[in-house]
Amino acid sequence: MIRVQREDFDIGRELDRLAAGDHSVGGVASFIGLVRDMGGPEPVSALTLEHYPGMTEKKLAEIEAEANRRWPLSASLIVHRYGRLEPGDRIVLVATASPHREAALAACHFLIDWLKTDAPFWKSEATPEGERWVAARTEDDAAARRWREEQ
Amino acid sequence: MKLLYFAWLRVRIGHAEEDLALPAGVHDVAGLLDWLRGRGGGYAEALRDVAVVRVAVNQEYVGRDHPISDRDEVAIFPPMTGG
Repeated sequence: MIRVQREDFDIGRELDRLAAGDHSVGGVASFIGLVRDMGGPEPVSALTLEHYPGMTEKKLAEIEAEANRRWPLSASLIVHRYGRLEPGDRIVLVATASPHREAALAACHFLIDWLKTDAPFWKSEATPEGERWVAARTEDDAAARRWREEQ
Repeated sequence: MKLLYFAWLRVRIGHAEEDLALPAGVHDVAGLLDWLRGRGGGYAEALRDVAVVRVAVNQEYVGRDHPISDRDEVAIFPPMTGG
């Protein structure tokens, strides 16, 4: 399941719900992305996430389908926020449930790596020097490419 | 066609979207980017380093040789920074 929303999410509730009632699930893996106060050299007081409504949901659904094609998942969830966030706020939740931990952990890692480079989101940071667009990191491209090579 | 701009491209161009009749002689993404840059002002500034710009046609990432038609939704944006 995927959700793109302005509102915060409740981690406990989301993770509980993911595997509720499915007793074949042996493990749930999760990643929670948070707003850092130091993206670059200057302190960051807020982060604004912009996205491409319509395409965002489509790309996240494709990425999720790809994870389900590669690993035997019982359930998966991507919740990605947009709008204005502050340091410490949650940005994204990725969670995967599977009978075995290897599949859940690998699929969770794959999903967060891929959505960093493939989902149409853009971050802008508020700093003492003004608003600054976050530049794409080559490390993120390399992390996503690793999964393509392993395909 | 419908044009959409995101992030710093939107800021430099000055608006988030516009409707445009397919300009004469424009057949693909590369041609459209050249044509837009030729409008000058914020377009020229936003598309000065055109190599870093990404394009989606009808919500799919495409290369510079992808054809463009009058019914397309074309989005132009910098590399994504989600997650």
